[in-house]
Order: sequence, then C-alpha cells, then structure tokens
Amino acid sequence: MKTDIILSGVGGQGILSIAAIIADAARKQGLNIKQAEVHGMSQRGGDVQSNLRISSNPIFSDLIEKGHADVIISMEPMEALRYAGNLSKEGWIISSSAPFINILNYPDVDKVLEELRRRRNVILLDIEALAKDNDVPRSSNVILLGAAAASLGINCEVLKGSLADFFSAKGEAVVTANMKAFEIGKQLAN
Amino acid sequence: MIKSNLLLLGNEAVALAAIDSGISGVYAYPGTPSTEATEFIQKYASESTHSRWCTNEKTAMEAALGVSYVGKRALVCMKHVGLNVCADAFINASMTGVNGGLVVLVADDPSMHSSQNEQDSRFYGKFSFAPIFEPSTQQEAYNMTRAAFELSEEVGLPVLLRVVTRLAHSRAQIVPQPAQKPADIHFPANPGNWILLPVVARRRNNEVIAQQPMIEQKAIDSPFNIYDCSVPSKRGIIACGIAWNYLMEAIGGKICGPVLKVSQYPLPKALIADMASKVDEILVIEDGQPFVEDQVKGVIPGKVVVKGRLSGDLPRTGELTPDNVKAAITGVAEPVLETSEYVVPRPPALCQGCGHRDVYNSLKDIIAQYPNGKVFSDIGCYTLGALPPFKAINSTVDMGASITMAKGAADAGLFPSVAVIGDSTFTHSGMTGLLDAVNSNSSITVIISDNLTTAMTGGQNSAGTNKFEQICLGIGVDPAHIKVVTPVPANREQIDQILKEEIEYRGVSVIIPRRECMQTLARKKRKKL
Repeated sequence: MKTDIILSGVGGQGILSIAAIIADAARKQGLNIKQAEVHGMSQRGGDVQSNLRISSNPIFSDLIEKGHADVIISMEPMEALRYAGNLSKEGWIISSSAPFINILNYPDVDKVLEELRRRRNVILLDIEALAKDNDVPRSSNVILLGAAAASLGINCEVLKGSLADFFSAKGEAVVTANMKAFEIGKQLAN
Repeated sequence: MIKSNLLLLGNEAVALAAIDSGISGVYAYPGTPSTEATEFIQKYASESTHSRWCTNEKTAMEAALGVSYVGKRALVCMKHVGLNVCADAFINASMTGVNGGLVVLVADDPSMHSSQNEQDSRFYGKFSFAPIFEPSTQQEAYNMTRAAFELSEEVGLPVLLRVVTRLAHSRAQIVPQPAQKPADIHFPANPGNWILLPVVARRRNNEVIAQQPMIEQKAIDSPFNIYDCSVPSKRGIIACGIAWNYLMEAIGGKICGPVLKVSQYPLPKALIADMASKVDEILVIEDGQPFVEDQVKGVIPGKVVVKGRLSGDLPRTGELTPDNVKAAITGVAEPVLETSEYVVPRPPALCQGCGHRDVYNSLKDIIAQYPNGKVFSDIGCYTLGALPPFKAINSTVDMGASITMAKGAADAGLFPSVAVIGDSTFTHSGMTGLLDAVNSNSSITVIISDNLTTAMTGGQNSAGTNKFEQICLGIGVDPAHIKVVTPVPANREQIDQILKEEIEYRGVSVIIPRRECMQTLARKKRKKL
C-alpha cells in the first residue's frame, strides 16, 4: 500500500498532532514513513503544511510529487484549496469548512467552499461547531482525523490506539473526549 | 533513553547519534532549520552532557574546540548563516587540528523558508579543508554522525555535517547502533599545533594540505558514496545528499545508467573521471548552489557535457523537489498546477497580544512625525514589523546589524536613526555595536524589545534575560537614557512619550520594552492545567 497525505492549515491549528498520530499508527503496522514538516517563521499564523508519506515499500522522496497526493487533510478551507492541485484525480479532500480569517483580503468563503465541492471526493465539516456542540471543544482536529480515517489505508483500531497513546499523558478524560471526537468524524464521513 | 524503531527528524537523528557517540556537550545558538538537534540533546542526554544554549555561534564553536582540546567529543549546531558568525573559529579549527572528535552540524535552507540567503555551507568545508558529510536520509544522518566523530579523530580535523531543510525537518524511522561512553580527559599529542603563531600556522597549513589526497581517498572508498556503472548509458548522473532521494523517486529505484551518489567530500574526483570516460554527458543534481557542478568541469575532459543548475536543466535558485529533478531527468517540463483565484497568500504575522505590536504601534506614529526618520531592524519575530499593518522598519540584514547600521547612518547625518533589536539578538551580536555607538557618542535610539526568550525559533532561553540594564550601563550608556517600559496598550501614551524624548536626545539612548512572549506564556499556562 501507499498513501501520500498533505496536511494543511494555519500555524498553531495543530496539523502536526494529526500527522504524529497517523505516523505512529503507520509505524505500528510496520509501514515505512516519511513526514516533512514546516517549522520556523510561518508557524506565526502563516499557512503551514506537512507531507506525510506512508508505504509498504521503501519511500525515497520526503516530498510528494505534484498531482500525486492521495489525501488532503486541512484544518482550514482556503488552505485545502491551496494544495488541491497537488491531488491525484482520485484523491480525497477532507477539510474543515470553517474559515480562519487572520488576513484582510480573505476571499469570499462561499466561493472557496464552492470550488472545493467541485472536486470529485470531498468531505467538508464544520469541525469547530461540531466540537462545541458535542462538548469536545479542544478536539476539532481529531474530528477531522476521524473523518479522514477511512481514506488513509490504515487499520482503524490501530489508529485509535495511537490516538489514545498520544493523549494518554493528559489523563483519561482527555483520551475519552478525543475518542468521542474521532467517532463523530468517522460517522459523519460515512 | 529511547531506543529501537524511532521516528525522528533528520536533526534529531544527528542528535541521537551524537549522544550515542559519547559527546561531552552540544554547543549551539538556535536557528531554523537547525534548532531541534540541540533541543533533543537537552531532552534526552544525561545531565553531565553540556547542552545549555550559547550566546552565539562563535562562542559555541570555540567552546566546542575547548572540549576537543581536552580530548572529548563535542557537537556544534547552527543554521547556515550561523557559520558566517563563527567562520573564524571554524576555519582555524582545521589549522589547530582537533583532539577529541568535533562535528559541526550546519542546516542549510535552500528556498529560504526562514532565512536571508541561500548560501551553501559546502563551500566552507572546502576552503577550511574539513571533510564534509551530506546525508540523504534520516538513517544516514544517524550513521554519518557516528562516522563523522570517528573520522574527525582519525584525521585530526573538524567534520562538517551538512543537512538541508527537507532532511532536517522530515521524519523517518531510525535504527540506532550501540552507544559509546564519553572519553576521559587526554591532551593533544602535538600541543604546539594549538598555538597558531605564523611559524606554526605555516607548518600546519602545509600539513593540512598534504592530508587532502588521503581524505579524498577516504571519500572514494566511503560506503556513503555509491558508484554504479553496471548499466551503460550516454548520460551519467551525480546526485548529492538529498538529491539522491529525488533521483530514486524519479526512476523508481531502478538504476538506468552510470550513477554516483556523493555524500562524503572532498569530491571523489577519481570516480567522476571514471564516469566521464564512459558517458557523453553528466547531470549533476545537488541542493543549494552549484558546488559540485562547477568542480566537475575541472575534473573531466571538455568534450563531456555537464548539466545542472548552471546549464538551466535545473533551476538556478531554490530547493530541489521531486518535480524539478524528474523534469531534469526526463526532459519533460514539470506540471504547472492550477491555482484557484480564491486562494490568497497568508503571510506570518506577530501574534495577537504580542508586545512587539505595542512597540511598533507607537514607533510607527512617532517616526512619521519626522521627514527622514529611519528604523533599522534585526533578525527575529519583530522582523514581521516590516509587513502590514505596521510597515515600521526599513532594514533587516544580519544578527546585530540594526544597532551598527543605525550608528553608521547617524554618523553620516541621518536623524532620527532608530534600531529595533530583540533581547536574544542583542546579546548574540548587538552588544559590541552598542559599545561602538557609545564610544563615538552616535545619536541613535536603540529599542531592545525584550520578550524574555528567543521567540522565533520556538522559545529557547535568552542569554541576557534580567541583565540588559546592567549590560547597557556597563557598556557606558548614560543611566538617564536607559528606559524600561511595559509594552501594553494601556501604556501607549507613556511609550510615545519615552520615544519622543529619547529620539530628541543627541546621544545613545536605550529603551527596553519588556513583556513575556505570548507563546511561552501560553505554554506555561498549558503546563499548569
């Protein structure tokens, strides 16, 4: 198997946490991993992305070739659209529909969502609202992870195990909230 | 200690290998994309391993050379421009030679994701006569760091370990090797080498140059340099460091002509000459500047065509990607991606609530009251004061240049001439310039915007915290013109007033707006929860 994933968002939205959970699950399944991250200046509210490649064969490049990404997981709709061209024809976009507006010239949100919906395989969720309504306010990124779970090529139970491990140091309540968030995303994506 | 199947950044792989090589310490100043190496050692090494941040790269390199003198191993870490700061010490470390292994990790930043230039550190390795390692994978980063300490001690030279952003900041699985124990103190076999009087330096210069063929032979024999000419073709390919990954990606791991992977330098010229005898053209793929491409031309017969960044087959600037490498190999232009009109740039910005914002809000308005006022700024988060809504600075050049440029401009008649520098950058390279300004009584206003941390690189300790007033007094700034203020919106009038007064003062004044970084503050609050 091979899944090339682009994770995108705005600095501080927690895309690296999602990447770390997926990578850990892939590792537990004995898969090869390469994950290129962005550190430094752009983390101050700029656009950030990570290339996460998982494969049963050896992986050479740390970066994904243009037009070859299988999945885009984005915490922000315009940031999903920024990388949409990198997606393969059969690829999936799983994105938050709630804009993060920290620039003056943010485009018309409806147009952004419209462009995204024109893609073949798209899941758009208002993860911020879902997180609040379901009383898991700090776990919007894990709702997104749940929604993406089926498109990653990773065993869902293994993924949940890595999710629990990732939050275990923060106590049982945090783990429970994130498991709940994961299931919400997973159900909505079905 | 963590072991077995590890998922590490390239920087972390180097750090783990340094720990496993028995280093006595890491010496470094933070700088993207190098910072995580030192942070890993701070987190995982034993307490007896020195890992506290240094004031700048030069103090780091010299301290590490001191470790080497007493026979122990040290790692030095920095970003590419940091090597400029410590170039004097680095070059002369080859002249003295080393005793304990000395490995210098330098992280280059092709495409300048977080940097002011795209310089290629391999040039420094060449002109200092130091061997260079350039890993292509995280596992190689680990293995080469281990090998670099051994080689350093074997040939008695520092070893430059060059990584690029895409390796430094990319994770993969690592399998470590058994760890070694730190050495005991033992002094150099040739203690006279360490006193670089001209008579010694002239001898050492000849000795180091005489070593070069032996070091090059090691590169030819190196297990990290792969030469395969089993498949004939009219074209040979040389791929350096991370370029090897993009080459393998493009050809699916299946070698289709003579190839040479270069990961250890000096350049293995004999292998390149052999390749040239078998092909009509050689494509050189390397990240950064055309360091190898240029040298290859001096090694091979003129009838063999050399292609690469200089020929235009690869972009002259910017980092390598799987796309531009594939295009160079296949001759088919890389795809141009459709971009939606509903995507706009999202540049980084100062955090909401950041104290630098309060400084710039005032400074922008006050400086606007003068027709010729200029603000010389420096390297750090506050460089973002260049962007809207502030547009409050006129220069950013190198660490510390704010104070010295303001001084020069004031000397030449500019008024007002203002410098904005962060706390960590001030101790890194600003203090000496302030002494120049005091000694010539230059009419400048220096703002040390103190957020109690090295913020841009992730909130490392800042060398001068709680010492700035004393430092400025010690340098000779008039105590009446050292002003400390808390940069919050409620103090706007007070900040405006201080700025006005100190700009009007014809001499050196220092204003220290001091408030903790929002990022480190938030982190502390999260820890308490």
